Amino acid sequence: MTNSIYVKKKRPGDMVLLVLIYACAFLAVLLLVGIIGYVIYRGLPVINWNFISTAQSALEGTFGILPNIINTLYIIVITLLIATPIGIGSAIYLNEYSKGGRLVRMIEFTTETLSGIPSIIFGLFGMVFFGNFLKLGYSILCGALTLTIMILPIITRTTQEALKTVPESYRSGALGIGATKWYMIRTIILPSAMPGIVTGVILSIGRIVGESAALLFTAGSAYLMPTNWLTHPMSSGGTLTIQMYLSMTKAQYDNAFGIAFVLIVIVLAINLLTKVLSRRLDVNKRD
Amino acid sequence: MSLHRNADQPVSIIGSHKTKSAIEITANIIFIVCAFVAIVAVLAITIYMIYSGAPALFKVGILDILFGTTWAPTAEDPSFGILYIILTSIIGTTLAILIGVPIALMTAIFLSEVANSKLANIVRPAVELLAGIPSVIYGLLGVLMINPAIYKLEQAIFKDAPNHQFTGGANLLSAVLVLAIMILPTVINISETSLRAVPQQYRSSSLALGASKIQTIFKVTVPAARSGIITGIVLGIGRALGEAMAIVFVCGNSVNLPYPFNSVRTLTTAIVSEMGYAGGLHREVLFTIGLVLFAFIMIINIVLSTILKKGGAKHDK
Repeated sequence: MTNSIYVKKKRPGDMVLLVLIYACAFLAVLLLVGIIGYVIYRGLPVINWNFISTAQSALEGTFGILPNIINTLYIIVITLLIATPIGIGSAIYLNEYSKGGRLVRMIEFTTETLSGIPSIIFGLFGMVFFGNFLKLGYSILCGALTLTIMILPIITRTTQEALKTVPESYRSGALGIGATKWYMIRTIILPSAMPGIVTGVILSIGRIVGESAALLFTAGSAYLMPTNWLTHPMSSGGTLTIQMYLSMTKAQYDNAFGIAFVLIVIVLAINLLTKVLSRRLDVNKRD
Repeated sequence: MSLHRNADQPVSIIGSHKTKSAIEITANIIFIVCAFVAIVAVLAITIYMIYSGAPALFKVGILDILFGTTWAPTAEDPSFGILYIILTSIIGTTLAILIGVPIALMTAIFLSEVANSKLANIVRPAVELLAGIPSVIYGLLGVLMINPAIYKLEQAIFKDAPNHQFTGGANLLSAVLVLAIMILPTVINISETSLRAVPQQYRSSSLALGASKIQTIFKVTVPAARSGIITGIVLGIGRALGEAMAIVFVCGNSVNLPYPFNSVRTLTTAIVSEMGYAGGLHREVLFTIGLVLFAFIMIINIVLSTILKKGGAKHDK
């Protein structure tokens, strides 16, 4: 009676595949738990107030990451100051002004290309163009300019997505009561798209904090406290990831794990923040 | 505020028309300039990569660089063959894709087809977080967790092989494992999105015809989501090919043929580990390596945009 339609045919192959599917999903979770767990296990004991609040000193043989934290903040701020307006402007052009055609396809293709270029290539380009050609050398500014190009696609794309979610009726409504295009964008479109734009900016911060290959040959690896807050961007400065890389080259794995712990905490915080923001965005939509 | 109407100009009630149209035009120009930054950046990167990478090709000889097998940049009679480095990148990426893609595809299927929302809400954030972890951290864990494990395997396999040069676990296999893990989030995310985009009727028709759930997934849903899955794989290839910091300590970093238990060097790790001290022709050759990597990435990008265009064309119909 194996051909009867009343008997459910057993498929051992199905069972195997289903188990594989569960196993793979489980593996993905296990990997994350393993990575975070191990970093906390090795990194947390290293963390103390001195680790976070001092600079490393070869004389006293102490290690601290305060200058690296400051350098990271400098790079985040400078990069975002340059990249955010350009990225938003580009998205506004693509979504509000352009009328399709070859130019738009070109812009979209290059934006896509930029997001596919590996960070080491950005590093080489930044070193040759900003470092040698514009004579910035190894400096925080050079690193920030390099990262600007790198995160531009993230900001452009998230802004574009956010602009697309703004209902068409807002536009026709604003234009219909006599607003000019720029006035409409400034007062209606951008505020409505703001949560999406902020999410893009936060994602970019995550990318900047985790970046290392693009900064190694552009921002350099100095670990001194800034002597002058204003001219600091012109001097070399290693971020947290670069310091972690240097610690690994010297086989100082404890210090590396300490920094890894700080980085993981930042990554988790950024992830949580984007979650909260996107949830708030959803609530707005429901209202 | 003139009452006198001009047929060509729209009348506005706030401010003078002239200043407003000036603002409008300025805004328009600023946005166009912003949009052009991406084009200029890609052009500048292309030009500068060629400008700094091409001269060494001719100084050393194209064939000598691309097909030479000896890498001795600091020797008295330096030799700049990068064939093994190129091969390592290609084979390492291929292996990472072969290991990573099945796992990623299964996880994507789990998220979009199998899991209830409770389970998916555990797995999906985990995958997102995996994408956010900086590559240096992958590198650190690779050195301290994967390398020792692979070293044990190496010792077991090459127990009776006196000619084998032990790598201490820092070899191609370790690098491939790290890369396979790193491409997971990319492939999972894009495959899941494309699986979700498959119309529900496809699944219900298949189930109604008597196919089991698993048959439906593998014979109907996955083929229907093919172009999206391929996009994910291509992006994964780009990610694996371009990754540097995660594998620079894991792969052993000496130039060898890419066998699993050989200490190897990829295009990216060659740049990272030598750019710091290289000078003269050696430095120029490192830029050539960068140019080779860039050429690979550009090919991938063009393939990708062709796939996307084809996918788009299908939807338009």
